[in-house]
Amino acid sequence: MKPAAFTYHRAHDVRESIELLTELGEDAKILAGGQSLAPMMNFRLARPSALVDITRVTGLDYLRHGADGLRIGALTTHRTVETASELAGFDVLPRSAHWVGHYPIRCRGTFGGSIAHADPTSEWCLLAVLLEANIVLAGPRGQRTVPATEFFHGFFATAAEPDELIVEIHFPEPARQAALTEFAQRQGDFAIVAAAVRLSSVDGQCTGGRVVLGGVDPRPLVVDISNALDGAAVTESTWDAVGELVAGQLDPPTDAHGSGAYRKQLAATLVARAFAEAAAR
Amino acid sequence: MTAIGQSLPRKEDPRLLRGAGRFGDDLQRPGQLHARIVRAPQAHGVLRSVDVSMAVAAPGVVRVLTAADLPDDPRIPVRLTVQGIELTEHLQPVLARETVRYVGEPVAVVLAEDPYLAEDAAELVALDIDQLPVAMDADAGTVAAEFELGFGDTDAAFAEAEHVVELDFDVGRHSAVPLEPRTLLVEPDRATGALEVFGMTKVPVFNRGVLASMLDIDEARIRVHAMDAGGGFGVRGEFYPEDFLVAWLALHTGRPVKWTEDRAEHLVAVNHSRQQQHRISAAFAADGRLLGLRADVAHDNGAYCRTHGIIVPELTLAMLPGPYRVPAYRGRIAVVLTNKTPCGTYRAPGRFEGTVVREQLLDMAADQLGVDPVQLRRRNLLEPAELPHTRPMSTLGTDVVLDAADYPGLLDAAVAEAKRLGYYAQVEQSRAAGKRVGLGVAMFLEKSGLGPQETADVSVGTSGAVRVHSGGTSLGQGIETVLGQITADGLGVSAADVTVINGDTALQPFGAGSWASRSTVVGGGAVHEAALAVRERAIEVAARILEVAVADLTLHDGVVEVRGAPGQRVSLAEVARACQPGSAWLYAGEPAGLAARRRFEVAHMTYPYGAHLAVVELDEQTGGVRVLRYLVAYEVGRAINPELVRGQLIGGVAQGVGGALSEEFGYDESGQPQAVTFMDYLMPTAAEIPEVDVLVTENAPSADNPLGAKGAGEGGLTAAGAALANAVRNALGEAGSVARLPMTPARVRAMLAGEAG
Ligand SMILES: Cc1cc2nc3c(=O)[nH]c(=O)nc-3n(C[C@H](O)[C@H](O)[C@H](O)COP(=O)(O)OP(=O)(O)OC[C@H]3O[C@@H](n4cnc5c(N)ncnc54)[C@H](O)[C@@H]3O)c2cc1C
Repeated sequence: MKPAAFTYHRAHDVRESIELLTELGEDAKILAGGQSLAPMMNFRLARPSALVDITRVTGLDYLRHGADGLRIGALTTHRTVETASELAGFDVLPRSAHWVGHYPIRCRGTFGGSIAHADPTSEWCLLAVLLEANIVLAGPRGQRTVPATEFFHGFFATAAEPDELIVEIHFPEPARQAALTEFAQRQGDFAIVAAAVRLSSVDGQCTGGRVVLGGVDPRPLVVDISNALDGAAVTESTWDAVGELVAGQLDPPTDAHGSGAYRKQLAATLVARAFAEAAAR
Repeated sequence: MTAIGQSLPRKEDPRLLRGAGRFGDDLQRPGQLHARIVRAPQAHGVLRSVDVSMAVAAPGVVRVLTAADLPDDPRIPVRLTVQGIELTEHLQPVLARETVRYVGEPVAVVLAEDPYLAEDAAELVALDIDQLPVAMDADAGTVAAEFELGFGDTDAAFAEAEHVVELDFDVGRHSAVPLEPRTLLVEPDRATGALEVFGMTKVPVFNRGVLASMLDIDEARIRVHAMDAGGGFGVRGEFYPEDFLVAWLALHTGRPVKWTEDRAEHLVAVNHSRQQQHRISAAFAADGRLLGLRADVAHDNGAYCRTHGIIVPELTLAMLPGPYRVPAYRGRIAVVLTNKTPCGTYRAPGRFEGTVVREQLLDMAADQLGVDPVQLRRRNLLEPAELPHTRPMSTLGTDVVLDAADYPGLLDAAVAEAKRLGYYAQVEQSRAAGKRVGLGVAMFLEKSGLGPQETADVSVGTSGAVRVHSGGTSLGQGIETVLGQITADGLGVSAADVTVINGDTALQPFGAGSWASRSTVVGGGAVHEAALAVRERAIEVAARILEVAVADLTLHDGVVEVRGAPGQRVSLAEVARACQPGSAWLYAGEPAGLAARRRFEVAHMTYPYGAHLAVVELDEQTGGVRVLRYLVAYEVGRAINPELVRGQLIGGVAQGVGGALSEEFGYDESGQPQAVTFMDYLMPTAAEIPEVDVLVTENAPSADNPLGAKGAGEGGLTAAGAALANAVRNALGEAGSVARLPMTPARVRAMLAGEAG
């Protein structure tokens, strides 16, 4: 569990990061909190030829809440999100943060790192898709923005080019009634299945909603619930029905943590629970 | 005030908590090389060739070792032969030569200037393996040994039975995962040819002997040093292939060689344990009396027989009747070889497995007979008046003689304590609130204090400081503290003045090691006797100095004093100086020194016992199991240090929760291990372990040792699978059994849905 040889470079600002990435070629990788990359290197599942350490890059560690929504700098740690206050409309983020690993991991791991790493059960990836965030990338060709719904291509694969850096995640629209819940056997583990939902309702009647699942597909999966919620009552039985509707559309994989059939059952349960939690907001 | 019975702070803690402990990986020696083991990537195959040419040419590589470089085919011997069963043809070679038999089997060793280069080069060793079919479960494997234990006429018992209860129950493969993986550093002394070994634990004297004979050198040329270890639990410190390979390389390169196991290796390389399939049946009379018990067990031992030989299956059978009155018993076991990591002991070996099977069966029987499960146990537990109770069979080479005990008393005390703590009320309230909760009770018999002997040296230095050289090893269990307390009382000094050194083969060449909950019982007995001998000698020499009769002297607080004349005294330091060579107080020809060596021997083991009670809650949708309450009641004979007994029990429960609910070494059908990181091998964390209530009793001291102690190392784990299985079964409201451990959420969800788990 010693990594293969690599060279190490420290970047001090975004421009230098991009220059280094360009110079070092596509086998170079960004090192942020190291909470995913370092274990993968130690197992030799990742063998970057060079690391560009961005942890000292200034100006990427922020939460900005304003009229145009919430902007999260790529180097903002999970813990900073967890302890953020006054994120009205976006408080599903701090409420969900405790699901991300363990305290020490949350203190080092970064929001941008999670998005770039694109684990299909990652809470931030699910919420970025749920809330239709935009991923802001900086590269040698300038800056561009990719909608989260188009960003994740599969297990650890994204729309980012090897020479691009995620600099910001922008959540344009608040979602007051939103929740994320998940199931794993132990506190802090990656979810077997995670469900993120948002709801809109007026006077005890649903007007719409959205469901994103993790652990059932190589990417955060948006499940089509069409207008199943439109006009439905804000009650347990509605959530159960949507849960079943969702599960019925899934064909999840089997692995050591659970069979496809079990994952479907979990999806039904977790979607219902997430809606109940969202409705209570 | 005596030291025994006090919860003195641990002697080990100041160094461990300040980072001053001495662990294998902390040591560096000038010129040391680093070994990296190349392991088989396939579960079964013919090893056509091992091409090391690229690896040898890699930067920093000093040597690459394969089986072809070893003169013969060294195999690791069995440490404990039982039931007279010969296992020679199933022993593990130190490096695979013609065949690989499990993923992780050592095939070559790369020796390089640093561990990174060693790992780089290890990737370059090219293995050409022709895959063979794999045997992945006991039904498909080769039987290495088969035997029976038992007594009485089971056929008659089952013929006359009013009720027969049967159960098929599997225990999943899991094992100990100590915080610190294994490490070894072997430093050759080029002048003398001696080998200094750092990092062997558990049975250092035995391992030194094995190493000496495998290297064909005199054992006096090998010294195993005392070290700290981050947990043992049975797996650490057995003689593994690496123990030979690292020493061989040091001897043959003339340079210190270090090997530090990483976690990924650990999970495929150290002994796995527990995996057994059981079919047991019990015959009951109409009134609930147990008439007979039958067990048929298949033990999936993995690819080879290692140092433990077949003791885990043997202990399963021998301990299966537990603390109950079983007039007739027949247990059969088949030890089967499969293409998985070989197995050995893990804390409470054979008992964890046998206890869950027996106790689940008793709960099923209680339902079938329509009696309360506690009552059914009560009716069948041996009464104090029936003890000692000899079972006409042997285990670990000793007869099974259950010593002083009050099993029914302990069960009653445990249930009363659980009531007092509100367990039963909580279950009722939670059920009324619609929650799916269950309570499980399990009774268990442990064993401890395996002989045949332990040796201890106690000596007093010229400053009055006391040193103890014992044969156990410090695995984190606090044995230095316990032996220090025993010495303090035996000799008449403060425990603070005693230093205990364990596991150094030069200082204590006759040690038998720390395992089988033996160190306090047997090691403590030796230390106690050696301390008494030193006390006697100190008084004798003091009598010369003070010019009084021996009978007029007492020794306490490090001072020898004339009874009734406290001013007339001499300190132990002065007595020690008076025992120095050249001292006027020594007689002509009398050996110098204030020291004694004593050997303590035991013929039988002593059998602690206890009960576990667990309350669980099931999540009906996810199948998740949460442990809400947990009680261990345990009879320890005499608690030398009550806090350490508590610690042992609580730690055991934590491991038991893992084995019962989440930990499993799974394999796919091609023999690839599925749990090779902590993302897949699910040890419970603090969040999954409940607050553990502990009730330690001292009602049945052992008559076989001067302290009355029974071992405390394993009882926290022994019945954890059983209590949790019974609690889950109770929550499910099953008529049948939970069928297997671990009870993962997916399985519990299936059982909730009425599907076979
Ligand atoms: C035991 C454990 C449990 C965990 N549990 C969870 C969990 O439950 N949920 C969860 O979501 N995560 C979990 N994680 C992962 C954790 O959240 C990581 O912090 C996160 O996945 C990656 O963030 P990082 O800053 O550590 O990135 P790094 O590990 O440094 O990098 C990860 C990847 O992203 C790339 N990268 C990083 N930053 C950028 C950037 N700004 N632009 C472009 N590419 C970049 C890197 O090159 C690398 O490929 C767990 C980790 C551990 C060790």
